[in-house]
Amino acid sequence: MAKISPKKTPMREQPPKERIKNYDEVPYGYSPAEAVLEAQRCLQCKKPMCIEGCPVEIDIPGFIGFIAQEDFKEGIKRLKEKNILPAVCGRVCPQEEQCEIKCVVGKKNEPIAIGRLERFLADWERIEGEIEIPPKPKQTGKKVAVVGAGPAGITAAADLAKLGHKIDIFEALHQPGGVLVYGIPEFRLPKAIVFREIDYLKEFGVNLYTDSVIGRIKSVDELLGEYDAVFLGTGAGLPWFLNVPGENLNGIYSANEYLTRANLMKAYLFPKYKTPIIKGKRVATVGGGNVAMDCARTALRLGAEESILIYRRSRPEMPARNEEIHHAEQEGVIFKLLSTPAAFHGNKNNWLREVECISMKLGEPDDSGRRRPVPIEGENFTMPVDVAVIAIGNNPNPLIPSTTPDIEVGKWGNIITDPETGKTSKKGVFAGGDVATGAATVILAMGAGKVAARGIHDYLINEI
Amino acid sequence: MVKIIEKTQIAPNIHSCTVIAPDIAKKALPGQFVILIPDEYCERTPITIADWDVDKGTVTFIFLEIGATTQRLAELKTGDDIYSFTGPLGKPFEIDNYGTVGLVGGCYGIGGIYPVAKALKEKGNKVICYSEARAKFLLYWNDKLEEVSDEVRYSTVDGSLGTKGHSFDLLEENLKSGMKPDRIIAVGCTYMIYRVAEVTQAYGVKTIVSMNPVMIDGTGMCGACRLEVGGETKFACVDGPHFDAHKINWDIIQSRRKAYLEEEIISNERY
Ligand SMILES: Cc1cc2nc3c(=O)[nH]c(=O)nc-3n(C[C@H](O)[C@H](O)[C@H](O)COP(=O)(O)OP(=O)(O)OC[C@H]3O[C@@H](n4cnc5c(N)ncnc54)[C@H](O)[C@@H]3O)c2cc1C
Ligand SMILES: Cc1cc2nc3c(=O)[nH]c(=O)nc-3n(C[C@H](O)[C@H](O)[C@H](O)COP(=O)(O)OP(=O)(O)OC[C@H]3O[C@@H](n4cnc5c(N)ncnc54)[C@H](O)[C@@H]3O)c2cc1C
Ligand code: SF4
Ligand code: SF4
Ligand code: FES
Repeated sequence: MAKISPKKTPMREQPPKERIKNYDEVPYGYSPAEAVLEAQRCLQCKKPMCIEGCPVEIDIPGFIGFIAQEDFKEGIKRLKEKNILPAVCGRVCPQEEQCEIKCVVGKKNEPIAIGRLERFLADWERIEGEIEIPPKPKQTGKKVAVVGAGPAGITAAADLAKLGHKIDIFEALHQPGGVLVYGIPEFRLPKAIVFREIDYLKEFGVNLYTDSVIGRIKSVDELLGEYDAVFLGTGAGLPWFLNVPGENLNGIYSANEYLTRANLMKAYLFPKYKTPIIKGKRVATVGGGNVAMDCARTALRLGAEESILIYRRSRPEMPARNEEIHHAEQEGVIFKLLSTPAAFHGNKNNWLREVECISMKLGEPDDSGRRRPVPIEGENFTMPVDVAVIAIGNNPNPLIPSTTPDIEVGKWGNIITDPETGKTSKKGVFAGGDVATGAATVILAMGAGKVAARGIHDYLINEI
Repeated sequence: MVKIIEKTQIAPNIHSCTVIAPDIAKKALPGQFVILIPDEYCERTPITIADWDVDKGTVTFIFLEIGATTQRLAELKTGDDIYSFTGPLGKPFEIDNYGTVGLVGGCYGIGGIYPVAKALKEKGNKVICYSEARAKFLLYWNDKLEEVSDEVRYSTVDGSLGTKGHSFDLLEENLKSGMKPDRIIAVGCTYMIYRVAEVTQAYGVKTIVSMNPVMIDGTGMCGACRLEVGGETKFACVDGPHFDAHKINWDIIQSRRKAYLEEEIISNERY
């Protein structure tokens, strides 16, 4: 084996000055030669620690081994055994805290770039066009309704279809994909890739009904009348606001609205696409997670002269992925740390004019282990802004629980499930993903979809 | 995707459109709405369900040509498809036996109050409709409204039919001369429903209005439709769109509706 390079094979990307003028993807991905070079860094461990870090237990040394031998076809097959959205996960998984953090090479050097290799294989397959369709399984005659076409629903549907059950997916919006389509921006996850991966689902005979809001067009109880089981993967789509004065002024968006206008409705292609978005000159985003980074970077691409991020703790406490924070910094997002909005002020037409902030300092650690921000009395300051985006988190949407009274929910409106099976308190109803855990990650939602698929299968076949 | 089986211009710039949507017809209740997208480039647009037929599996709505999206909708013909059509959304009006109910409808709201009148009448209420427009030729569904209510009182700004002025002027006149309705319900443009709320507040009549803020998803996900009602933030698409008119904070509402004026002019010009 060749001498191991201490660093990951770098991935080329669009220069920051260029990329803020377009909506194209930032990193270009590996060439086959780069992928092979990176794959050769893997030690092919007998006891691969990396797999433990992956919520869907991909055979990581397996697929990397095939890349090293330049057998990309076998590589993608191995990958897809466990993950039906590899092009998505390779791009947006927080690898640095999942698979890659466990990689033994990472103890002394940089770990193997597992995510980049995953993305490489998925892109290779898409470009080569040799998507292999697995043989159609024997049908069981059982029918399952899957509610929500986000990562949790898609994964549950795929796994159940592979087991021979008949699957209908109901999605509220006019396009499937959940957050992958309405939330995560094009420059991080091109939508064509998501749709391509979802099309793959249809090859298993899964039916997708868009424009179908469960709780309105049909209740969960009505679904139970038509189907043998129901899976709820409706996500965490209810936006939090700060509840400070002036928050309903014109020019203040929830992150969901801002990103939905930009991504799902393609406001960045306005006026060809007719959904407008207010293009502020000075845009403030409140929050410090992936969602906030996406908003702040979207603002730049929509032409903001200054995109300011207001976060109440300091940089090390930011929940966003390092790569995202780094990309935002490179692109010129201004970080206003240790501050939080106290009020928004408008002009006489109720348009946002400025944000008033309180300065914070870090106190004792809280439940999350991060140091709690505490306000510094008398240190308020104001900044002129014309658009503000509130990106401080989401709760599960109450529509289904409120129309299904016998389903048990937790304090935050999350549906309570058995982590081993995805079972809810209601017979025949399973759930998983953000609706059960609160806002989390793509791969955890997929993992929950897999667990529930197994739980549903047991329920359907063995009545347990 | 739904198919248009009937579309007519029932007054200048006002269209009625019927589509095949059996699942929605089965579920629809008075006061609910759909969100539609005429073609893939258009906005998600909320539109009230004005009538439906469970047996035929059809849904009818009335729309005004305003901006790019409703103009595109107006161009579609019988036999064409509407790209996306989601519903029924929102909470229906509460229907009970209140006694005497006044229903005020203007622009698309004339269609909007029709199913409410019908349901309230069936519940045994005395139903008085107030139908308003700028001129007689802009009124529609007069026969239909008369069929389901005890009385329809017309008002036109130019005086070409009924009382000269607005519906809220006529309502105020009626209240002044001693009419004591148990409830007022108003559907239509923001200005009209706001003026109705003002009038009825003075007389202490419980009033429910149908709000029409900007909406995107219609499921409570985006917060675009948020309003302040009784000091709390509410999402019109899931908590409404009907609210107690006297608890709404009206201050920011007018300006929120105009938030996209500049962009709408651009998209209209391009169109
Ligand atoms: C802007 C943003 C950036 C993110 N970045 C990352 C990242 O980089 N990496 C990462 O791992 N995670 C990221 N996440 C988190 C990740 O996207 C979510 O954890 C994941 O999408 C959850 O999947 P899900 O299937 O549970 O729900 P969702 O993706 O939310 O999908 C739920 C679906 O259900 C539909 N639905 C809801 N209610 C109904 C109903 N009543 N009837 C029918 N359908 C309904 C919704 O329309 C939606 O399509 C990000 C999230 C956001 C918002
Ligand atoms: C719950 C609900 C139900 C609705 N029901 C109907 C219905 O049954 N029929 C119908 O025609 N419309 C209805 N509307 C209003 C309709 O959604 C808007 O007219 C539509 O979005 C306009 O889209 P557009 O792209 O054509 O115009 P835009 O380009 O979005 O608007 C052009 C201009 O007109 C202004 N404008 C738009 N709508 C209104 C309005 N209602 N009052 C005053 N000014 C307005 C805008 O602020 C803008 O300045 C409803 C709205 C809601 C929220
Ligand atoms: S799915 Fe995510 S966690 Fe699993 S191997 Fe791929 S990048 Fe790592
Ligand atoms: S732990 Fe690292 S080196 Fe070992 S098999 Fe996994 S990726 Fe390869
Ligand atoms: S329209 Fe998005 S929350 Fe109401």
